[in-house]
Amino acid sequence: MTAMTQTLAERAVTRKAPLLAIRGVKTYYGKIVALKGVDLDVQEGEIVTLIGANGAGKSTLMMTIFGSPRAREGVISFDGRDITRLPTHEIARLSIAQSPEGRRIFARMTVYENLQMGASINKFAYFDQDLERVFALFPRLKERINQRGGTMSGGEQQMLAIARALMSRPRLLLLDEPSLGLAPLIVKQIFDAVKLLNKSEGLTVFLVEQNAFHALKLADRGYVMVNGVITMSGTGRELLAKPEVRAAYLEGGHH
Amino acid sequence: MEVFLQQLINGLTLGSIYGLIAIGYTMVFGIIGMVNFAHGDVFMLSAFIALMLFVVLTQLLGMTSIPLAFVIVLIGAMVLTALWNWAIERVAYRPLRGSFRLAPLISAIGMSIFLSNFVQVVQGPRNKTIPPMFDKVIHLTTGGTYDVTLSLKQILIVLVTAVLLAGFWYLVQKTSLGRAQRACEQDRRMAALLGIDVDRTISLTFVIGAALAAVAGVLYMSYYGVVNFSDGFIPGVKAFTAAVLGGIGSLPGAVLGGLLIGLIEVFWSAYFSSDYKDVAAFSILALTLIFMPSGLLGRPEIEKV
Repeated sequence: MTAMTQTLAERAVTRKAPLLAIRGVKTYYGKIVALKGVDLDVQEGEIVTLIGANGAGKSTLMMTIFGSPRAREGVISFDGRDITRLPTHEIARLSIAQSPEGRRIFARMTVYENLQMGASINKFAYFDQDLERVFALFPRLKERINQRGGTMSGGEQQMLAIARALMSRPRLLLLDEPSLGLAPLIVKQIFDAVKLLNKSEGLTVFLVEQNAFHALKLADRGYVMVNGVITMSGTGRELLAKPEVRAAYLEGGHH
Repeated sequence: MEVFLQQLINGLTLGSIYGLIAIGYTMVFGIIGMVNFAHGDVFMLSAFIALMLFVVLTQLLGMTSIPLAFVIVLIGAMVLTALWNWAIERVAYRPLRGSFRLAPLISAIGMSIFLSNFVQVVQGPRNKTIPPMFDKVIHLTTGGTYDVTLSLKQILIVLVTAVLLAGFWYLVQKTSLGRAQRACEQDRRMAALLGIDVDRTISLTFVIGAALAAVAGVLYMSYYGVVNFSDGFIPGVKAFTAAVLGGIGSLPGAVLGGLLIGLIEVFWSAYFSSDYKDVAAFSILALTLIFMPSGLLGRPEIEKV
């Protein structure tokens, strides 16, 4: 475990340009400022988490990365390329996938069709192979393959949202609150799956969570967001040890 | 009995045409939540395109095979009408996306007026006619008070409609284009997150809707043999009624609604009064909206989250 974290930390040091770099990003909803100048990096192969209270702007940042809403100031770059002004679907085609807030499953499509939608960008080149891969990760989905997305439980929908994102073979996976409203056992199952993907395939993950304890334990590094600004950052362990973090996000927060 | 059978045949023929137009209303409503009031005029436009193509083929180029000319006219009208509707969407609706909800609706009404006036100016206000075609008639019953007939045209209309609907159904259900279309209908923002070009998908929806309306236009023109610049309005509103009756947003609903409106109109004319046939059709619109707003096959507004 320790050896593994070290190699990841080393990797982060040796690799100079981050896979995702966010610099001074400001996002507005009308006249209301939601992000007030955010700086954040995600290195290739890392799990990075962003924690913060409800309404801090975490999901806004996730959507701003996809240009919807668009950042009014600042630069977002992916793999060295400025993506700040690209249309949303072109950003997705650079192999960034998101399991968004509220899951956004296509309710009137079957599980299979939802997964087909996830594979749209790579023209189904590895569809069958990837289908087996996500079914191995979430066997529950295989049982439900012909069921409509809208009729499934919250946990199943969350699994489907992540599986759909994985079908595009992303280089960067954005997960927005995958634990929201789910039973602890299912949360564990989902977090284990994320960890496995990161360890075995080197998948880069940017995770937004209110469930700070689990997220910081899982992540290599973390950021804390308050009212649209990053107030703290560090390795997952460092943040877990900080009294401010404990007081604000952990005590009384997790079960 | 003879009257009933005859009207059933006539009703299904007319209903096929309404159903083809209704799909265009229902698809556009499904994907951008707008009632495309110009769709009836697109249908009328397609009938004129068909008329011109037919005249060019048979008189200028001297084509003698009517079935071959019909096929070429059908395909040509589908392509040209689709191009028109593609351009209409680009010019009149896309710039208003993200604006307030009524804006594209008003723009659509403007486009409707523009199209009918444009055709009136360039084609003149008089009825345009084509020589009758496929006018062979089969007598289903003879010797009674009244012969029940089935014309070749009617068979053709129902057949062409059925084949195209089957193809269309396959497109929507089984191809990635159809899947993208359905995804945009349910959650445009999520579709974009998955790499779907939403604007392109909306454009294609208009293209497909127009192609089906063009089929209706060609069939209408060959059935009645006459077309006028104002012919977009009444069939358009009836097809809209069909879409509402079937449940707006539902594709099978549009076809079912089309057939029902066709039958209601024809039976009303036969048994009550043909002067009031439009009243009958539009009463259905009012009744559906009052008592069954989600229509026969539509889904209720509220969905499980």
